[in-house]
Amino acid sequence: MSAAADARRAGALPVPPGESLLSVRDLRVQFVRRGAAPVTAVDGVSFDVGAGEILGLVGESGCGKSVTSLAVMGLLPRRSSRVSGEVRFAGRDLLTLPQQQLRDLRGRELGMVFQDPMTSLNPVLTLGTQVTEVLRRHEGMGRREARERAADLLRGVGIPDPARRLGEYPHQLSGGMRQRALIAIALACRPRLLIADEPTTALDVTIQAQVLDLLQQLVRESGTAMVLITHDLGVVAGLCDRVDVLYAGRVVESANRRDLFAAPRHRYTQGLLGSVPRTDANGKVPLTPIPGSVRDMLPWADGCAFLPRCHRGDDACRTAGIDLEPRAGADAASTPPHRARCVHPAGLDDAPGPAGAQPAGAHAVARPDGAEVRP
Amino acid sequence: MTAATTVTAATAEPGQEQPPGRVSGTGRARASWDRLRRDPAAWVGAAIVTAFVVVAVAAPLIAPYEPAGSQWIRQITPSDVPGPSEEHLLGLDSFGSDLFTQLVYGARQSLVIGVVSTLLGLLAGTVLGVLSGGIGGWVDTAVMRVVDIMLSVPALLLAVSVAAMVGRSSTSVMVAIAVAQVPIFARLLRASLLSQRGQDYVLALRSLGLRERRIVVSHMLPNSLGPLLVQATLVLATAVIEVAALSFLGLGDPDPAVAEWGRMLVKAQERLQNDPQLALWPGVCIAVTALGFTLLGESLRQALDPRARR
Amino acid sequence: MNAAPSDDAEPLLRVRGLKVHYPIRRGALLQRTVGHVKAVDGVDLDVPRASTYGLVGESGCGKSTFGRAVLRLTEPTAGSVTVAGTDVLALSPAELRRARVSMQMVFQDPLASLDPRQSVEAALVEPQKVHGMPGGPTAWRKRVTELLERVGLPAAAAAKYPHEFSGGQRQRIGIARALVLGPSLIIADEPVSALDVSVQAQVITLLEELQAELGLTYLVIAHDLAVVRHMSRTVGVMYLGGLVEEAATEELYARPLHPYTRALLSAAPVPDPEVEERRERILLQGDLPSPAAPPPGCRFQTRCPWRQPTRCADEPPPLRELTGGHRVACHYAEEIEAGTLRPAASAVA
Repeated sequence: MSAAADARRAGALPVPPGESLLSVRDLRVQFVRRGAAPVTAVDGVSFDVGAGEILGLVGESGCGKSVTSLAVMGLLPRRSSRVSGEVRFAGRDLLTLPQQQLRDLRGRELGMVFQDPMTSLNPVLTLGTQVTEVLRRHEGMGRREARERAADLLRGVGIPDPARRLGEYPHQLSGGMRQRALIAIALACRPRLLIADEPTTALDVTIQAQVLDLLQQLVRESGTAMVLITHDLGVVAGLCDRVDVLYAGRVVESANRRDLFAAPRHRYTQGLLGSVPRTDANGKVPLTPIPGSVRDMLPWADGCAFLPRCHRGDDACRTAGIDLEPRAGADAASTPPHRARCVHPAGLDDAPGPAGAQPAGAHAVARPDGAEVRP
Repeated sequence: MTAATTVTAATAEPGQEQPPGRVSGTGRARASWDRLRRDPAAWVGAAIVTAFVVVAVAAPLIAPYEPAGSQWIRQITPSDVPGPSEEHLLGLDSFGSDLFTQLVYGARQSLVIGVVSTLLGLLAGTVLGVLSGGIGGWVDTAVMRVVDIMLSVPALLLAVSVAAMVGRSSTSVMVAIAVAQVPIFARLLRASLLSQRGQDYVLALRSLGLRERRIVVSHMLPNSLGPLLVQATLVLATAVIEVAALSFLGLGDPDPAVAEWGRMLVKAQERLQNDPQLALWPGVCIAVTALGFTLLGESLRQALDPRARR
Repeated sequence: MNAAPSDDAEPLLRVRGLKVHYPIRRGALLQRTVGHVKAVDGVDLDVPRASTYGLVGESGCGKSTFGRAVLRLTEPTAGSVTVAGTDVLALSPAELRRARVSMQMVFQDPLASLDPRQSVEAALVEPQKVHGMPGGPTAWRKRVTELLERVGLPAAAAAKYPHEFSGGQRQRIGIARALVLGPSLIIADEPVSALDVSVQAQVITLLEELQAELGLTYLVIAHDLAVVRHMSRTVGVMYLGGLVEEAATEELYARPLHPYTRALLSAAPVPDPEVEERRERILLQGDLPSPAAPPPGCRFQTRCPWRQPTRCADEPPPLRELTGGHRVACHYAEEIEAGTLRPAASAVA
């Protein structure tokens, strides 16, 4: 945590020494519903983000990445969800903080950008009202001051002619414009932590590039900590310092982005990378899909959740408590250590599996027809 | 796709991802049924409606006396109508008939007229709705203008005029109420068909070379049945009230032997001061029956639409 | 399909000057047309038999409308569409229904494109019945079982309803339905964009296998440059209702000539940190102009980093062929490629 980043806000709590700005430990979220067994959406997730750092949470639908972000922000419905673990932000546990204090933090020190820019803005209020609202509530600004600051913010996120835009309604803005406006609102009070949940998924690539640049610039210049939630490996590769890959509610691999892309260890990460075509491929590289879908999972208590879709898995994977840990050597020496929750990590353990011996990276799928695999 | 999907997935929402094997082939209906079963309002509504139907159908078995006549007219004095007694559960009415018997047969009248008129309204409304939403173009414009005109006349006024034209009879009441209901069904169906028109599955059917008529009749229409069913239940509540209202206005069956809740209210008017129970009981019957259909309709609506869940 | 003689050199799908203009109407009672949204504004393309044409572009460029217009799911305003020698736009409604046997569509959202009340078997039997496919119900059901197996679904899937499947399985059903009548042309509109990453690859692979087996011709419409690259032999880039560039896939991705294509490619993220760090982005300014009032001259001129004071503003650039099959709609393509024209400094990041 840099002194400068801390000093820019009077009254901001200091981060205790040896701790990151945001430190999530063993976060667990269960959804309960009358007449149904509780569903575990997040199953013991831990991560840290420091000031000026971007952490990517990557996964597919149902991996628990969005629930994680909502739990961190305290935005899950209290009646139907049970959250346990620890979410320490600047030394305080957000999970045990009274609602009032949490509300004060949200919008001021914690900012959030959602996927859908249309539904996240109130359609009947002008952009100006929505931006100044935050400033007046959290910063105690007057109407005029807030208006000027709002115009600055819009200009800062690349919205031309901000004074005019402040008087417009969300439907008058294009999708990219709206997403930039949302980012402006999230940044209005210079939050120390920004959580961006699929911030560019609804946008076209050219606009996506602009928004990602904007986010990156912001983190680097103001020392904001950012958690970027996405399914897009390309976005992660360009933006994040560190990446946690989620599967079935648990982190299955955690590494800095270079290590992750250069030598994915978990078979799921490896499979994901083999599933996406690239615009810069040299000639036609065949895709190697992961069979089945996220529904084909094993409960973690019975072994690796990915086992039913894994081409390397064997009976050794049918054990509870596979830990997220680095293998000895380069992985452990890397900063942070390259950790994977895998019994047979790729590149380190390529003993002949059911699909035959293969070099790391050139993995084939046991069922190339892509049929759903049932455990 | 967000992780919120996981949540709904595992809580067996219809239309959402569900683990295979957990739901039978009629998963959606099953989930709706489950929601309906958990709704206390549905139970109350269903109980009232069932009681109403049972009473109406089994009227001759339940009622202790014949409905017509003024058997006990001698017992009526200008200042007093005999109240509850062992012979007459709720006492007599001002014409010397058993009040309970009248109420029981009144249920029959309300049910028959209510259901028949609603079915007529549903049928005509469906035809107009299909023409309008299924064909579109100038047909749509023409049909909707007609419906607009029907809508611009208050339902009761429309019913009064129809009854006035056709003459006093149960049939005219049925037709009158049915006519008043047509715009409700026609508009609902049209809106539902139009919203489906833009959906990919309709486009897909068209790209498979299906005739437009077949797409509308065997695909789009069945997908609109849910909302129509809900609306029909709600309309039945109004119909029961309207049957009474039209009878009250003297537009119902002229035969005095036919027991009808609305007419019972008219008859009770003269003696409201001394014998308020004569107005109270039919009033309660109308209100409770209407409430029953409304509760059932509303809970059906919520059960069929997963988004309406609290 | 009317068996017009067609030799193999003839492209299976030939589109010329296709336009789809939607009238903008004002007024409640007496509507008058106050303008047109030019969703598709003059597109020419050929798709040879058994190959894949990838049509790529951002939202609002008219690519989906184009796909629908080719199948006459949206009526085109002008132009011609020829499928295996048959002029599709000249067909009567009844002829068109019969012709649909040979041209089918795969939709983006597999759940929305299936009737929620129809079981998989019913959905696959119905088209066969409607078109009077030979064999009767037994043969139709047998074909359903075969198709399901071919797209990687268990036979038990036939009795289930769309909501009981995962996204990937639903798209397999959508593909099976598109195949059930034995078409030669399949238009796939964003076939994988609604699916999870790991499932996307399965569906792409399935489509490729089917093409190889059945000799299908694909028109793949997508916004994902990587997906289009992977699947297509030829790629066309669409912007504001028109094609701005078209070339063989390798050629287009290696040597993009149109400024818009360059901007698109420079913006597409690659899952490789090394590439991402070297990347030079061409940033586009402003937003997509309204297709109701496209800019005069070059349709890309309002956002083009290479915009020149002459020609761009007043002279619409034709789609002209530069080298072997590489067509581009830009007046200055040669200069831009040679580097003699530089983009505006503010546009490079």
